[in-house]
Amino acid sequence: MSEELNSDNKNIEVSNIRLPETDKLVVSTSPHIHGGGSIQKIMLIVIISLLPACFAGVYYFGISALLVLLYCTVGCVVIESLWCHFQKKPQTWKDGSAVVTGLLLGMNLSAGVPWWVCLLGSGLAIVLGKQLFGGLGYNPFNPALVARVGLLIGLPKIMTTWVIPKNFEYMRSAGGFFNAEQLKHLDKLSNGTVGFMTNIDSLTCATPLGIAGTASGQNPFAGIQSHEALTNYFWGNVGGCLGETSAVALILGGVILLAFRLIKWHIPVAYIGTVAILTGIISHFYPSLTPGPMFHVLAGGLLLGAIFMATDMVTSPMTVKGALIFGVCCGVVTTAIRIWGSYPEGVSFSILFMNAFVPLIDRFTIGKPFGFVKKEKAVSK
Amino acid sequence: MSQAILKHFLFKGGVHPDDGKSLSASCPISEPPIFETYSVIFQQHIGAPPKPVVKKGDEVKKGQVLAEAGGFVSAPVHSPTSGVVSDITEVIGPMGLASKAVIIKADGKDEPDYPFEPIKNWHEISGSELKERVGAAGIVGAGGAAFPAYVKLSPPPEKKIDTLVLNGAECEPFLTADHRLMLEYAEGILEGAAILAHILGLKTVLIGIENNKPDAINKMAELAEKYDGIEVVGLRVRYPQGAEKQLIYALTGRKVPTGGLPMDVGCVVQNVGTAFAVKEAVVDGKPLFERITTVTGTPVVNPGNWRLRIGTPISKVLELAGGVKLQPGKVILGGPMMGFAQKTLNVPIMKNASGILLLAPEEVSQYTSDPCIRCGRCVDACPMNLLPSTISSAAENEAFELAEDYNVMDCIECGCCAFVCPAHRPLVQHFKRCKAEIIAKRRKK
Repeated sequence: MSEELNSDNKNIEVSNIRLPETDKLVVSTSPHIHGGGSIQKIMLIVIISLLPACFAGVYYFGISALLVLLYCTVGCVVIESLWCHFQKKPQTWKDGSAVVTGLLLGMNLSAGVPWWVCLLGSGLAIVLGKQLFGGLGYNPFNPALVARVGLLIGLPKIMTTWVIPKNFEYMRSAGGFFNAEQLKHLDKLSNGTVGFMTNIDSLTCATPLGIAGTASGQNPFAGIQSHEALTNYFWGNVGGCLGETSAVALILGGVILLAFRLIKWHIPVAYIGTVAILTGIISHFYPSLTPGPMFHVLAGGLLLGAIFMATDMVTSPMTVKGALIFGVCCGVVTTAIRIWGSYPEGVSFSILFMNAFVPLIDRFTIGKPFGFVKKEKAVSK
Repeated sequence: MSQAILKHFLFKGGVHPDDGKSLSASCPISEPPIFETYSVIFQQHIGAPPKPVVKKGDEVKKGQVLAEAGGFVSAPVHSPTSGVVSDITEVIGPMGLASKAVIIKADGKDEPDYPFEPIKNWHEISGSELKERVGAAGIVGAGGAAFPAYVKLSPPPEKKIDTLVLNGAECEPFLTADHRLMLEYAEGILEGAAILAHILGLKTVLIGIENNKPDAINKMAELAEKYDGIEVVGLRVRYPQGAEKQLIYALTGRKVPTGGLPMDVGCVVQNVGTAFAVKEAVVDGKPLFERITTVTGTPVVNPGNWRLRIGTPISKVLELAGGVKLQPGKVILGGPMMGFAQKTLNVPIMKNASGILLLAPEEVSQYTSDPCIRCGRCVDACPMNLLPSTISSAAENEAFELAEDYNVMDCIECGCCAFVCPAHRPLVQHFKRCKAEIIAKRRKK
């Protein structure tokens, strides 16, 4: 071999022409460029898309809603950080997924829950829901829902005590939202609205789904699915988890997620569509069994669940076909629990239930590779 | 016929990286001087290694055979210039492996001695004779895989070939060698295409060019009017438009069956550079010892396109381009999506060297990879409709049989999945490993 080819090219200067220093060159497999996406960016957009519903919750339920969101978010981040510290793993809270989990958990709680419930929920979400399985990407169940269901089973009283929304007058006339004792408390509020800083511990009400689960008699759902009631549900002025009530804010968040292609339309549309169609058919034939489809879509946590929880990347199917199956099954289970189950709401349960089937769904919905042919030999045209 | 049309089939998936082609697209092809030494690697192609026919101390002329084809799937290698064989030794090749090579000390006279005569009246010559010429000229695919052209032109008789597809897509970002070739040597490419069609005994030639090269489309389409059956088609700009299977689908709507070859759907695919080399071999009687290569990237002082002899060390090529203005993070042979990163600048130019690309440190994709968050972007981007995330998990667990179940062998290693992965997972690396393990296992059986 010639001298020149043998020599190392390090720092070769040929008549002032600078050549690369080879010891600083990176060698790795192709592709050598990257599109620039990152987990952090994804989580940031998810956080932004959650904000409208958070603002709506704070608007309708006051400062206590803000505190619940804060406790949950800080709780999740701190617990994740502590977990990584004691497990001697690299810190992962910066990827933003703990913030998303915290926000979602807070949105799934009533504005009236005490701080320790938020922290307990954060612990359940991060440790039981995520880290015990190996951290982000390995959790089979949606962490925020694991926490919510855990709290619901462990602390049923606290978890089903609902704070009244800002403007509750229509709820008085609709009937069913308040019992005699609650009405007594309400009478202390002279102007019919709840101030932003009001201590709302004692100002509680029922949720529309709770009423639907117990109502009986002639035309039992007239009050809770009146035009006025549905309009209030649409804007978010109704009792319930602080992040689930405002349909308009949740849909706005969904549009953001769709615009940034973080979710596909298939899961929300299949999920919500299935609930609407099933409840539409059932309420048409048995009008005293359950309210109509508009009620089921707007009341309760369906929109929050369908847009933000069922679409969680880690715990939902990856293929389009799988997403449709997943959405439809979530819808069927939700409808069944709402109408025949012992809980008034079934969104959390149904998503968790279907999360368990995701590996199976993924396995059976693998697409055929480009150019796939069945065993027979390809025929040339 | 022969007019640029816009209608064609759109393959699923793919990505659209910044193409970076403006760095060198307007630079005409330049001729470099004769360098002192060339190291010509024998194995310039996929297939059997060729048999050396020169020894240390031999005098050689430009175009003289250095090694003869070592089998059916093989190709001879010719001397890039005149001079003396100073050594036959091992050098580091583009894949980072030591390969046997002839070191030629140039005498500067550049005297030619081509092993065959020009064939001007190729219309009157039989296809098989022309095919022998293509083989003797050492022509291999110029696009990347370097498959001997002679073999592609010899389909088994039961395969009816009706279409020749010429690949002028040049979908890899930054590369402009084919673009310049089509602008400056359109006539030669078309004549080469006509010769190839004559060899294959077919009438239809489809030339696919991405729509980001309107000047090349116009030029080629204008000149193609002189030829019956040659049609130039403008293609959607989407990587990997120039991948063989995607290109055939775009132009004909035919899907190459999994595990199959283009001839299974009646097509033969050649790069425009290969067609030009065929024209030179037949009409000019010149064997393949040089090619057009793009030298580009933000660190390069004067990016451009050069006609480079095989065996030119890339350090000399970078000197031609004025060197670098900043220390690059990577030196790549080929394009940024499928090329090979280099650790030494002694690596010589090969017959498939479409480009030398330098990336600035901040352009180099270098991350620690995170766990898969199952976002599904890789699934959407995969032009072969595979599940890259699932296959990579299988690879991480060394579950190669599972990866095979998930059709990893259909992966074309285009890199779209890794390009879009927000967790920066080394997906292509996983797939290459899977394929190597599976092939090794099949061999054992």
